[in-house]
Amino acid sequence: MELGKAERVGLDVVVSTMASDAHTWNLVFLQLLLEELGHRVTNLGACVPDTELVAECRRLAPDLIVLSSVNGHGFIDAQRVIPGLRACPELLRTRVVIGGKLGITGTDDGSVARTLRAAGFDEVFEEHASADELRSFVRALSAAVPV
Amino acid sequence: MTAEPASPTVPFGDHVARAHARGSLVVQPRMGMSRPDRMRAGLRATRGAAASTVGTITVDSYTRTGDTAAARRAVARGLALNGYPITVHQPAVTRQVLRGIADDGFPVQVRHGSARPEEIVAALLAAGLDATEGGPVSYCLPYSRVPLNVAVAAWERGCALLAEAQRTGARPHLETFGGCMMGQLCPPGLLIALSVLEALFFRQHGLRSVSLSYAQQANARQDEESVIALSRLAAALLPDVQWHIVVYAHMGMYPLTPGGARLLLREAARLAVRTGAARLIVKTTAEAHRIPTVAENVTALETAASAAGAASRASSARASAPPPVGSRPVEALPAGSPTAGSPAAEAPDTGIHAEASALIDAVLDLDPDIGRALVTAFARGYLDVPFCLHPDNAGRTRSGLDADGRLYWSAAGAMPLPARPERGSPPILGSDGLMAALSYVQRTFDRRARTESARHPRDPRITQTTDRGEHQT
Repeated sequence: MELGKAERVGLDVVVSTMASDAHTWNLVFLQLLLEELGHRVTNLGACVPDTELVAECRRLAPDLIVLSSVNGHGFIDAQRVIPGLRACPELLRTRVVIGGKLGITGTDDGSVARTLRAAGFDEVFEEHASADELRSFVRALSAAVPV
Repeated sequence: MTAEPASPTVPFGDHVARAHARGSLVVQPRMGMSRPDRMRAGLRATRGAAASTVGTITVDSYTRTGDTAAARRAVARGLALNGYPITVHQPAVTRQVLRGIADDGFPVQVRHGSARPEEIVAALLAAGLDATEGGPVSYCLPYSRVPLNVAVAAWERGCALLAEAQRTGARPHLETFGGCMMGQLCPPGLLIALSVLEALFFRQHGLRSVSLSYAQQANARQDEESVIALSRLAAALLPDVQWHIVVYAHMGMYPLTPGGARLLLREAARLAVRTGAARLIVKTTAEAHRIPTVAENVTALETAASAAGAASRASSARASAPPPVGSRPVEALPAGSPTAGSPAAEAPDTGIHAEASALIDAVLDLDPDIGRALVTAFARGYLDVPFCLHPDNAGRTRSGLDADGRLYWSAAGAMPLPARPERGSPPILGSDGLMAALSYVQRTFDRRARTESARHPRDPRITQTTDRGEHQT
């Protein structure tokens, strides 16, 4: 695969889940995927408290924050977390995306994504989204971010 | 806080031992709803399943992580949680959930996943329950960011609360989760060692009835060898407590098709029967998609029980002597010991027992206090869980999966493992390699289901595409 020039330079990415979610295979997978695209990943691991997520993101000032949740509380947790991130002036324009199994029913009419975008997420990758959709998003972002 | 005197229930460990002596595999769901009426309905349905069952109250993720305030807010707003918030609902409410169910010969286990279990343990005791599960390592490293030494201290206090309840006549039961680390891709030698070490930790902190877990991995023969090794080690190292083995149906990516999911569950039931395990935690056909309904759980319990019954009959038909059928008093049985079943497994020894033994011995040699020994062992990398992100895990080991689904170490880090020929085999590489390994079981069983349904197009056990029941709302 031919990588663009901007991709070779790479983005700083924070990969994280939220406070109530103990799953980590999704985080391990995302880290590998992003590193393969040439980006630098800080993986915050399981059950990241809101305050720690905000503090780490402020400290690291990443180009992209990738949140992933699969325990069914993601929709609730994400709506609580995003205002905290956006309230920090340095994170106001940082790209923040979320993906995974965000509810407990497995059925959704698109309202989860609409609600989360309205709440401040730049993109929502629900369960049916493929890894390629995230790759495309990150490629586009990496081409757009000035280096 | 003090627990009320234990209700006159059958102790969890005794209940399982009696079923085992009768030749019945006890099957158990994962199940937790935030609303007490739904939780009660789920327990009743579990009890009513055509199977030898025990009940489960799975605690929600907010409660599990100690965020009772978030759980309380969600309950107040009427939001559905992924489990029962046992520290939010008053003990009287939980007693009402259990009334006429748990106090009548139907033990209920609280499943929680907490690295700091004290409040949950206090809440379950206050509600008249005394069976739960977890462990200082297995509910810390993969599932939390709590420092290991903090989790060890918290689990010591949790065990003390349970042990204290023994004074008032309760027979608390505690199950290790160590045999399920990471759900998948952890080689069995380490799973077994952690399961045994957590059981020894429980015993050191006063528990007298324990169970040791092992999660079905990706190769049936390797799993058989593993469960037999776990039983042998438990028999050798836990001579003075009641114990049994609990097998978990695969905990990694589950088959997407109902047929594949059922085949995998049946294989787990056969694994349990062939190795003399006493209890099985089931998974449902909905597993890959969402939290299952009560009806889907009941179907899974009955599927597992029927597969276990068939395996049991097949093994007693093979055996020259009839299987033990409860003619001996329970007390005479070393509860849950493999002799109480009739393990039919003849898996060849590929060194899993030796590997687990080496790890256990290395840890026990570090310190007579098992909690301290565990902390030191992780600090030195004697125990090192592959792919585990926790800061207290050395992270120098890697595992691989061969073409037959057997797990192996591609890098053993500082773990004191006996020499094994496959060491140095290729690691799992890249995100695609990881996804391929994570989905190996899913793909294998979905494919097997397609093949079988092509071969037996009219067999409803295979071709049935939907299970009864509506989505949980």
